[in-house]
Amino acid sequence: MREITYAEAIREAMSEEMRRDESVFFFGEDIGIYGGAFGVSVGMIDEFGAERVRDTPISEAAIIGAAAGAAVSGSRPIAEIQFSDFISIGMDQLGNQAAKMRYMFGGHAEVPMVVRAPAGSGTGAAAQHSQSQEAWYCHIPGLKVVIPSTPYDAKGLLKTSIRDNNPVVFLEQKLLYRKKGEVPEEEYTIPLGKADIKREGSDLTIVTWGRMVSMVLEVADSLKEQFSIEVLDPRTLVPLDRDAIVNSARKTGHVLVVHEAVQTGGYGGEIVATVADSDAFYYLDAPVKRLGGLDIPIPYNPELERNAVPTPEKIEQAIRDLMA
Amino acid sequence: MGELTEKQKAQALKTAKSLSNDKLRDMYTKMNHVRAFEDKVAYFFSRGMVHGTTHLYSGEEATAIGALANLDDEDLMTSTHRGHGHTIGKGIDLKKMMAELLGKESGYCRGKGGSMHIADLTRGNLGANGIVGGGIPIATGAGITLKLRNEGRVVVCFFGDGALNEGTFHESVNLASIWDLPVIYICENNQYGMSFSAKKSMNVDDLSVRAKAYGIPGVTVDGNDIFAVYEAVKKAKKHALKTGPYFIVSETYRFMGHSKSDANKYRSKEEIAEWKDRDPIPRMRAILVETGQFTDSELDAIEEQCKQDIEEAVKFAENSADPSVDSILDDVFAPSN
Ligand SMILES: Cc1ncc(C[n+]2csc(CCOP(=O)(O)OP(=O)(O)O)c2C)c(N)n1
Ligand SMILES: [Mg+2]
Repeated sequence: MREITYAEAIREAMSEEMRRDESVFFFGEDIGIYGGAFGVSVGMIDEFGAERVRDTPISEAAIIGAAAGAAVSGSRPIAEIQFSDFISIGMDQLGNQAAKMRYMFGGHAEVPMVVRAPAGSGTGAAAQHSQSQEAWYCHIPGLKVVIPSTPYDAKGLLKTSIRDNNPVVFLEQKLLYRKKGEVPEEEYTIPLGKADIKREGSDLTIVTWGRMVSMVLEVADSLKEQFSIEVLDPRTLVPLDRDAIVNSARKTGHVLVVHEAVQTGGYGGEIVATVADSDAFYYLDAPVKRLGGLDIPIPYNPELERNAVPTPEKIEQAIRDLMA
Repeated sequence: MGELTEKQKAQALKTAKSLSNDKLRDMYTKMNHVRAFEDKVAYFFSRGMVHGTTHLYSGEEATAIGALANLDDEDLMTSTHRGHGHTIGKGIDLKKMMAELLGKESGYCRGKGGSMHIADLTRGNLGANGIVGGGIPIATGAGITLKLRNEGRVVVCFFGDGALNEGTFHESVNLASIWDLPVIYICENNQYGMSFSAKKSMNVDDLSVRAKAYGIPGVTVDGNDIFAVYEAVKKAKKHALKTGPYFIVSETYRFMGHSKSDANKYRSKEEIAEWKDRDPIPRMRAILVETGQFTDSELDAIEEQCKQDIEEAVKFAENSADPSVDSILDDVFAPSN
């Protein structure tokens, strides 16, 4: 099968949906001739023109709020926020407006919009350009939250997100943009709320998402003589495929959650609670463990930055502690 | 094209003559420190020697240095992602600044902040900022402190043309206006917010008209003429202390790309060349020579010294230790009783 990058997969998903549905348009900072801060939308303005690929001023509150307004009035906007850290500037529009309209209006509104934004550390961009804030969005009823870990997932999930009739926060992973993976030429979509077992195993389940997936897979392979590790990527945190998590936990009896986001208050807590709340609890051979980022802003120095989030060494240690 | 207008030149000569040789030497030194610092950082990035990204101030020096020449250590400042010029203008230890860029323990932020977060609270530098428009409310709040203390100090708040379209600008300037805060808001109009030109992102030509909406004075200056910037901020400072906030738009241009990865697809070579012709450093130099306050060889010596100072800073930074990973949890909270 052909291989394309994560960034190309995202561009293909947007372009295909824009060709298929006139009501889809795309806007954000520097997405036109510049092609986006990470080059995701290179060339799109040439195909779709400046009406449907709109460069905006630096105005995140207006971008996110205008997406909600365009959506509730019949368009299907895709809004790009240059770094996910800046979603906070439009947080009122996202959390108080977009997310709540349908419920507040008694089910009489649809808000089909996607906010795409790159998340994560590892680029040396320091505290205000490196965060993983998915738990913020998961805590707002009415928002769906998607974090793809491969080009295949990115394309299929983005197409579904654009077709979804609700606000979706689509968190891309900066360090994955240039990574290649198999993506078929034929059209496909991936439903929201369906986890993917990225590696089958019988001793331990590791639930992880985003760029941590490939790191966990590498560690799992390196330990294959000792432990048979199952790697489960929920792919969408809201809706969450709780059944897949519970079934895997029942099978392996050991669960570790690994995420890049700050551990305290992170979504790992929700995964742990999902297992603890279920009958998988009776199958557990050890406490359910979390490995998240340290409770600090992301530091600039490269070695500090690397150590602020899970590393292969820390993941291996957590596995050994859990399986001891 | 690169020449000052007759009127501008006459004013520049007058301003230069009103300043002491020590003051002018300090200003010319800082202009050249910024340029040499940025050249060095550009070199580091081109060789992949520094991690992360950076936003260089080359070409815009006259705005920061001309404005901050009016301030004392006790006055306050907020800066931006493109902050090296402001930082040097406010007064800085170049060694600790370079060390921060290289992520060292001896850096201003102990290697935790990097280029976009350099701050020196001992000299009233409340910090660069990774968030466009993020410093504008901070400067405004600092203005409240100064107003409450009534010590005759001001805040200078720098931000780009792009930041004019963040809500923080509108909300902050309005607040400063109704409370008569001693804040000088300086918009560095380098004509672009990343790739989007100010012309396309706003439907006004003279950005200073925005001041009208808040009931405060607004002026536009040639940001590549250090003497014009100096005079405008001098006047603004008087107004800030006596009456309240003031808005200045400084027309300038960045010589380099927006950040380390920028193919410059959104602007033409001719446009860049036109602005390079208005380079603020040779412009300042010409005035200093014409007034007779400095000779060419004195100015050559200053330029040479500045390059050496940067080399010294690099040496210091390179010989400094990285922060220990054990320090990673430090400084999330201040100790409290
Ligand atoms: C809130 C926010 N939005 C977007 C960005 C990304 N970004 C960094 S600098 C920049 C352009 C800023 O333009 P301007 O304010 O004119 O300053 P300049 O870079 O021209 O000095 C952008 C879009 C950011 N850092 N913060
Ligand atoms: Mg600008």
